[in-house]
Amino acid sequence: MTTATNRSTPAPHDTGSPALPAARGPLSESVIGVLVGSGLRLPDAAAIRRADPYGDDLHLLLYVLYELHYRGFAGVDERLEWDPALLGVRGAAEDLFLDAVRRDGGSGGDDVAGAVDALQLEPVGDDGHGVSHHLQREGELWQLREYAAVRSLYHLKEADPHLWVVPRLRGRAKAAMVAVEFDEFGAGRAEDVHARLFADLMGDLGLDARYGHYLDAAPAQALATVNLMSLFGLHRRLRGALVGHFATVEITSSPGSRRLADALRRAGAGPAAQRFYDEHVEADAVHEQVVRHEVIGGLLEDEPGLAADIVLGIEATGHLEDRLGDHLLAAWREGRSALRTPLVL
Amino acid sequence: MVLNREGPVLVEGPVEVVGDDGTTARSDRFLVAICTCRRSRAYPWCDTSHRRRKPAEPRESRPDGRSRQNQNHDQDQEGEEA
Repeated sequence: MTTATNRSTPAPHDTGSPALPAARGPLSESVIGVLVGSGLRLPDAAAIRRADPYGDDLHLLLYVLYELHYRGFAGVDERLEWDPALLGVRGAAEDLFLDAVRRDGGSGGDDVAGAVDALQLEPVGDDGHGVSHHLQREGELWQLREYAAVRSLYHLKEADPHLWVVPRLRGRAKAAMVAVEFDEFGAGRAEDVHARLFADLMGDLGLDARYGHYLDAAPAQALATVNLMSLFGLHRRLRGALVGHFATVEITSSPGSRRLADALRRAGAGPAAQRFYDEHVEADAVHEQVVRHEVIGGLLEDEPGLAADIVLGIEATGHLEDRLGDHLLAAWREGRSALRTPLVL
Repeated sequence: MVLNREGPVLVEGPVEVVGDDGTTARSDRFLVAICTCRRSRAYPWCDTSHRRRKPAEPRESRPDGRSRQNQNHDQDQEGEEA
């Protein structure tokens, strides 16, 4: 019922921003319409509350609004990043999403040590559940390409959403968080920025490494995993959950990367594709130690009341990763694409 | 340098490690995790192979014969790499 304010002049700097995606329903359609200046009405809170909290329409709406804080979209006024009406829509969508994740993925517990220990347990052999296990064992090249296309939504801005937590931390937690992020961003070397390594991997797999290129192809389950980190990153009140998310990523990454590196080698992908995952095997073996002992340990020492939020971050991440994994494997086991639009070879 | 019983030795980088065969491995990461369990496939660097294992969900038999030290049944989590 509200209108976005003051869009009288176009954005001066939209070079390098991706194109807006196609709408996936009435909610995303009205938001995208307002962003390009052709629509005037944003969805009201009641319409958002009726949406599927895991559905395409809601998650594209959230993804597009979050993206205004990263790289924006071509032709969209950069000032809309802080438009009060759009932030109101985003807030209503966030409430719906976070409530669903808490309800379906969260235990409500505050045992951080227990949650972290569970992340470190590696299943022996193949439990039939993990995407990386499947790809290592029998992944075909087209599946690896789909996996990389889906993951590119995050990996082309790898570690960016986690940087937002830095001003909200102090002391040990802050120093350790920045040390890990420094490594993620190439430790001062542009060619080693992890997002750049992923772009190189995409090139090896014959994929288009332009930022945001596979947004239209990505299923809702993939958008939700990225929306979760944007949600945690952009809200100070969710700083504990952001740290829990980061810990989950860093602790589960090394063994998962090992399996993906094996899969890429077996499928005959090029050296850049393997390097991305080989680098993560070694880097994240270090990062998990730092995140566990210094970032989580430091934050709990500083703010013990955040224990339940850290657990929520760990559990919510696992919940959404499981949903994405189930979606990918269900499609691949039937020999069909897991994307909304199959890749063109 | 930090020692812990179940994990790698943590040393502030940059680090050079000279192996039994005289070869030198170098890492200039801010902190380096050196494998002590000797199971790493990225030796001398840790690759988290020291971690305890849990049994797979019983959908199929496991051909690798590794030990089942832990009976925790939590789901494996597929993290995206950071």
